[in-house]
Amino acid sequence: MTGTGVGPELIRLSGVDAGYDHQVVLHDVNVHVHEDQFTGIVGPSGSGKTTLLRLLLGIVKPMSGTIDQRADLRTAYVPQLETVNWDFPITVLECVLMSGTGPGRRRITMPWASAPEKQHAMSVLERLGIAEFADRQIRQLSGGQQQRMFLARALYRRPQLLLLDEPTSGVDVSTRHDVLHLLADLHEDGVAIVLTTHDLNGMAAHLPHLICVNHRIIADGTPKQVIQPMVLEQTYGARMEVLEHLGMRVVIDERREDSPRSIRMDA
Amino acid sequence: MDTILEPLGYTFFLKGLLVAGLSGALLGFIGVYIVLRGMSYIGHGLSHSIFGGFAAVQLFAAQFYVLGAGLWGIASALAINTVSKRSRLGADAAIGVITTASFALGVALFARFGSSGPSFENALFGSILGISTEQIVGLVVVSLLAVAFVFLRYRALLFSTFDPEVADVSGVRVNRLEAQLMIVLSLSILATLTVIGVTLVAAMLVIPAVVARMLTDSFGRMLAWSTGIGAFSGLVGMYISYYAEVPSGTMIVLVGAAIFLIVFAFAGSSRRRKSAGLDSHVEPVPAAAPLR
Repeated sequence: MTGTGVGPELIRLSGVDAGYDHQVVLHDVNVHVHEDQFTGIVGPSGSGKTTLLRLLLGIVKPMSGTIDQRADLRTAYVPQLETVNWDFPITVLECVLMSGTGPGRRRITMPWASAPEKQHAMSVLERLGIAEFADRQIRQLSGGQQQRMFLARALYRRPQLLLLDEPTSGVDVSTRHDVLHLLADLHEDGVAIVLTTHDLNGMAAHLPHLICVNHRIIADGTPKQVIQPMVLEQTYGARMEVLEHLGMRVVIDERREDSPRSIRMDA
Repeated sequence: MDTILEPLGYTFFLKGLLVAGLSGALLGFIGVYIVLRGMSYIGHGLSHSIFGGFAAVQLFAAQFYVLGAGLWGIASALAINTVSKRSRLGADAAIGVITTASFALGVALFARFGSSGPSFENALFGSILGISTEQIVGLVVVSLLAVAFVFLRYRALLFSTFDPEVADVSGVRVNRLEAQLMIVLSLSILATLTVIGVTLVAAMLVIPAVVARMLTDSFGRMLAWSTGIGAFSGLVGMYISYYAEVPSGTMIVLVGAAIFLIVFAFAGSSRRRKSAGLDSHVEPVPAAAPLR
């Protein structure tokens, strides 16, 4: 699997400082996102990884530096599950269809979906394995299915770049596995993917490309290049041991006082 | 039977019935968005704020008091939106300051200078008396405007109500849409103010929508139910107020509240939870219910 970013460029951040209320959270960020990219942004809480994602989304504007984006770029965003009210009175299908309201639709959007729109929404739901739940109210889905529904809503827009905020937080191990494989399939189909994660072993180590953030870009490369004790110490401010198991990097967090050597599995 | 039909012989009562039914329907319709966005308090504040404009404008230009109060309401709505978005103050604080100050000004002006339009009590609690043809036309125009707005911006409104951040990055102009919704809300409150009353309008924005939420899981059906429940409360409440000889707004709200109690009593606990969680836009933990 490629994904380290060699194809045509989609977004380029050059010398960007960003933050909130005049407080700089990210300093001098230089990041390029390419067409074939599949990148995980890792870092401790409050390090600016979500801010970096929000810069790519255009929600956060840079305090200095520049962001260049390909003019016709179609971006889709998958937020964390807890950002919405799951008691909201909509079905899974309605949720997917509502995202067909973006720019480029010059004609008036009817309240009801057209047959081709429904067909496209159903094909996306089928691909994600939740077509049978199309008419259910969204609360009636499990956490993993809710995550898939958010993905379906994003994919309905046929994005070239998919941005996800902690897609595996709060889901069980098997769902995490499913989400990872689903994203890998999408990437194979040509969708560039950038996600944030705090899960080093369960998520980050499986991705082709990582960016380590702690108020600045600490490192940028493949897991082999990035998951190194030196880099992790700079990123997390603590010593971590790195083992190799079946060709994969496994991080052992030495910070916990109750067990001096516990495998870091922040799921 | 004759007693029931008797008031229908009066033109003022028929006008009152028409305005009450349409007002209930309009507030029920718009109320769905207000409740699902967790903006109930804004509805409450705006009606009070419009009262201030109402009292102030009629001092200077009595014939334009509806227009003046409308502009005042829209200005307050946009001010609340701006203050709550651009400062560290939450919407609650912004509403608390802007609208109660406006209401206080209205009460002071009413007390000092009186009114050339509706009486103080009628403005607060609604009245069937003095409904002019202009007001009926105004209410019909605002209702048509509200329906047209929702029809044309249905999906964008739904998206920005459910998930404003993702709607924003998906190309929906969320801030502009919210400002437009606030304008429609201000106009709806203004158009229904004389029948339902300043202090009671907010209840009619909330009650039909909350009852509708308990009755259905579909957004489209919730809109229809809420509109119907609002219209029913308006019509029945106006009728009862005639016989009880009390301000119309009180009975309209009490009928709505009675419907709420009945549905609440017969609804299962899961349905009650849906309405209980309506005003908390974001839930702390995404609980997953077992599949049925």
